[in-house]
Amino acid sequence: MVEWTECERATIKDIFAKLDYDSVGPAALSRCLVVYPWTQRYFSKFGNLYNAAAIMGNPNVAKHGKIILHDLERGVKNMDNLKETYADLSVLHSEKLHVDPDNFKLISDCLTIVVASRMGKAFTGEVQAALQKFLAVVVSSLGRQYH
Amino acid sequence: MRDFLYKIPKVWADRHSTEQASRKMSLNAKDKEAVRAFWAKVSGKAGEIGTDALSRMLVVYPQTKTYFSHWKDLSPGSEPVKKHGKSVMGGVAEAVAKIDDLNAGLLNLSELHAFTLRVDPANFKILSHCILVVLAIMFPQDFTPEVHVAMDKFLAALSRALSEKYR
Repeated sequence: MVEWTECERATIKDIFAKLDYDSVGPAALSRCLVVYPWTQRYFSKFGNLYNAAAIMGNPNVAKHGKIILHDLERGVKNMDNLKETYADLSVLHSEKLHVDPDNFKLISDCLTIVVASRMGKAFTGEVQAALQKFLAVVVSSLGRQYH
Repeated sequence: MRDFLYKIPKVWADRHSTEQASRKMSLNAKDKEAVRAFWAKVSGKAGEIGTDALSRMLVVYPQTKTYFSHWKDLSPGSEPVKKHGKSVMGGVAEAVAKIDDLNAGLLNLSELHAFTLRVDPANFKILSHCILVVLAIMFPQDFTPEVHVAMDKFLAALSRALSEKYR
């Protein structure tokens, strides 16, 4: 069971309350596909991913980025039960999508960097620590059903 | 290898063969150009970047504090943190200048880290990540995905050069 301090809970809710999901989601996913190009292996049906400009402008990437952020919001609302919250998604990523769970950490890092750029100075060390702890637990939950 | 290549999309095959050609070093000409150009923009704030990255690292990854037990004050922005942040960024600046041969260029620093400091190389990744976060905060417009990938590759190459002499 993950223990959250009151401060961590408040920080996570605060971060997500201030985020523009429809902008941050696409930005995080497209950044991941540019910075870690091997992650493109999972998106061969998305169309043109040939260069950074194509990735940033790809509507399928944008759509999927938004889905990812909205799914993260589910975790924010269920911080005490992340394992169960993401059980179905874990099965999906393992059985159907066949995503190497190490990749979750990569998109997690890109999301941290995008959130940092949006929040600026407000993204202090404490805020970063809370976000990284939250994302680490989400990542762990997503990897749970792999076998 | 050739047999395998014909099955993958031509786009990937083209990229793969150019990468094979520049396989000697992970940083290609485009990366180096991006790093130099971005560093020119941000080097004026090197001290601030170093202080924030180090402060942040000590908070977000408390296990890194084990390397600084000899400091009186490990709080964000403290004197030892500021001084050391400046030191670290001095190393980064040196690496940018010697980007064409990091192993040779960073020989002294590599020996320092191998024989004296003996920092576990996993921590280079941690500090690199914190540096990237600070760059995103301080230069949101300039820290585009293309700059991000070049800087990430550069810091990884720098880290490899630093651990060259470990064993």
